[in-house]
Amino acid sequence: MAEHCVKVYSRFNRLWHWSQVVSIMLLFFTGARLLGLHQLGPFGLAVMVHTVVALALLVLWVFASFWLFTTGGWRQFVPRLSGMWQVSRFYAYGVFKGEKHPYKKSFEHRHNPLQAASYFVLKMALFPAIWISGLAYLSYGFWDHLDGGSFFLQIIANFHVLAAFAIASFVVIHVYLLTIGGFRHHVRPMVTGYEQVDLTPEAEAYFRQTGRVID
Amino acid sequence: MRQTALCITALVSAVMMGQLPAYAQQAAPEEETPAIGAQSRPAGSAPAHMSDPVSDSTADHSKLMKLKGPFASGSQVTEACLSCHTEAGNQVMHSVHWKWEYQNEKTGQLLGKAHEMNAFCGNVASNEVRCTSCHTGYGWTDIRAQMPDDPTKVDCLVCHDKSGQYTKQDNLAGEPPLEPVAAGAKTITGEPAWPVDLAEAAQSVGPPPGRDNCGNCHFYGGGGDNVKHGDLSSVLFNPPQDVDVHMSPDGGNFACATCHVSDKHVFEGSRYQTDVVDPNPDRMAGSAHDAAACQSCHTDTPHKGPNALIAAKLNDHTDTLACQTCHIPSFARGGVATKTKWDWSTAGKLKDGKPYSEENYVQSDGKHLHTYLTIKGNFEYGENVVPVYAWSNGVMTYTLPEEKIDPSKVVEINKIGGTPGAADSRIFPFKRLDGSQAYDKQREVLLYNHVYGPGDGTALWQYYDWKKSLQAGMDYVGAEYSGDFGFVDTYMYWPITHMVAPKEDAVQCESCHAKDGRMANIAGIYVPGAEINLGGKIGLAVFLMALLGALGHGLLRVISRSKGKGDHHG
Repeated sequence: MAEHCVKVYSRFNRLWHWSQVVSIMLLFFTGARLLGLHQLGPFGLAVMVHTVVALALLVLWVFASFWLFTTGGWRQFVPRLSGMWQVSRFYAYGVFKGEKHPYKKSFEHRHNPLQAASYFVLKMALFPAIWISGLAYLSYGFWDHLDGGSFFLQIIANFHVLAAFAIASFVVIHVYLLTIGGFRHHVRPMVTGYEQVDLTPEAEAYFRQTGRVID
Repeated sequence: MRQTALCITALVSAVMMGQLPAYAQQAAPEEETPAIGAQSRPAGSAPAHMSDPVSDSTADHSKLMKLKGPFASGSQVTEACLSCHTEAGNQVMHSVHWKWEYQNEKTGQLLGKAHEMNAFCGNVASNEVRCTSCHTGYGWTDIRAQMPDDPTKVDCLVCHDKSGQYTKQDNLAGEPPLEPVAAGAKTITGEPAWPVDLAEAAQSVGPPPGRDNCGNCHFYGGGGDNVKHGDLSSVLFNPPQDVDVHMSPDGGNFACATCHVSDKHVFEGSRYQTDVVDPNPDRMAGSAHDAAACQSCHTDTPHKGPNALIAAKLNDHTDTLACQTCHIPSFARGGVATKTKWDWSTAGKLKDGKPYSEENYVQSDGKHLHTYLTIKGNFEYGENVVPVYAWSNGVMTYTLPEEKIDPSKVVEINKIGGTPGAADSRIFPFKRLDGSQAYDKQREVLLYNHVYGPGDGTALWQYYDWKKSLQAGMDYVGAEYSGDFGFVDTYMYWPITHMVAPKEDAVQCESCHAKDGRMANIAGIYVPGAEINLGGKIGLAVFLMALLGALGHGLLRVISRSKGKGDHHG
């Protein structure tokens, strides 16, 4: 096994990531307007942008899920315990001692175990929480005649806002971790698509044949 | 004002007939075409022939002999009306307009002007001839007894006159000012009285009542223009579009009766039981609306724009908000102020032994309004007043005479019914009048005041003595009175439902979806933007912890790196 610069993130993968970045930022901004955290821009416009962007993001998620399942990319996000201790220990201790990161990226596992676990929670809990509560919120007009409709709306709204802050917290940690080991170093692969990963000789031969290895 | 009213009546009739020239022709009955069989017609009345323009109405009242007069009283005109409309008087006598009585089936309370008290002039009893000047009848001089079962006492003209010169004098228990008019006499709208020509009025009649017919009483409730309601003023005789989209000649050009539909002389719409939701929502499309509710015409999902998304979001509001809540952003618009405070406790003060007045409120048209009157106490006014909002099912419960009050609190003259979130309730706008009214300190009940009664030695407006006034009022109704009186603060609520603004002037999102917005203190609703909810607070805490965690971690890394240990990331 040797490290090579390989195209890890396909065009769709990068498009997915960056449009997710833009839409989630827009959703944070407009959502905060709706919650009353700031007063920038008209409320009605914020409602509209928030709704349209959310629906667009949902469409993107449908495509991305389809893509993950057809390409087998979903395996990247399956959490695993092996190596979890070493990685956790590194962030809690080793990083301050100048130790090297214990995880070596491979093509099959480009996320370290902690990373995979957090993405798993994000995708399986936080994202569903935000879009299920969001759709329920959006469709209020269809069920507002139910007894206690207004009460359920409050429950849903609280849930939605809580999920939003949880996602915002993920974003904070996500961006912060990019600074460990060089921000640009970490961001570049998601722009260019290429990253240094360990390859088996067989994989290397295959990728060379398909032109996905740079060196 | 009368001129305007006249113009409007003419305009409304013209528009309704849709043929101005034909109408103009009709107005000249002299031009009679000689026709076959003319000799056999009853003398004086001239049925229209094929050569005449076709009239919308089956009767031209100006052609009827019986209406040529002369009439010595309003009652004589009514007798003439009843000779054809034999059942009309009985229909009117079954209406609130006649009885001033309203049996609220929901609360069991017997209400109406004849029974309740309000925070304006207080009570009708003992002040009749002044108060009943706006009664749709003649001669109700003692409200302790019902009006007699006498159809000739019904005032047909006040609602059906189209001549524009019929009016009622403000102190004759509903009678019009007739020749000779007493010196200083005034009409119910406060103008110097003129002698009414009853024959002209009788010949002008026609259904339905125009705005001036309704407005000459209802726009002047409480003793002056827009004093009482706040959303019913003389501006509505000819309102600009931005004051009332429905009534403006540039808008719907509605008369009052367009929404306040009537059946057998009984009108839809009530401040005792207001239609806050459409009482007949399952009506077939296209069928006639039969309630004075916005939804009768506009449905429960009225919003179509500015785009489908916002329209849907706005429609999401209709399960909690009444239409009026957003579409009447403020009341007393168009230049006529409404009374927002009436403090009776200061009435009776004299300067050099004489009554006096202060005029410290300047209306937007430059008119000065009384802020103090010896006969009435202190007033405050407002224009473009933002309503108070409350959950309402439309049912008002009154603090009736002889009902025990708690003088340590503000007494609500009427309490707004309704439950937050209930299917029969909506958040509705109200005008609140802040009052201060006389009460019996021993018995803790509101007191009847006797204010009008020239020459009787006790009326407040002539003798400025509360002691005599209250004693006379209580004696008149035969109620117990300790003689120990004080003044208690009161609130009275008036549903706001007129002066619907153009849609672009509707209340904006930010007016409620903001801290301390219009819906502050309203229970049972979630208003995003008004305050951060529990989920938001917990979420914010989680978010801040994440932020602090990242910053702390980063800081530790910087410190350790400065100790020469650096960090690497795989």
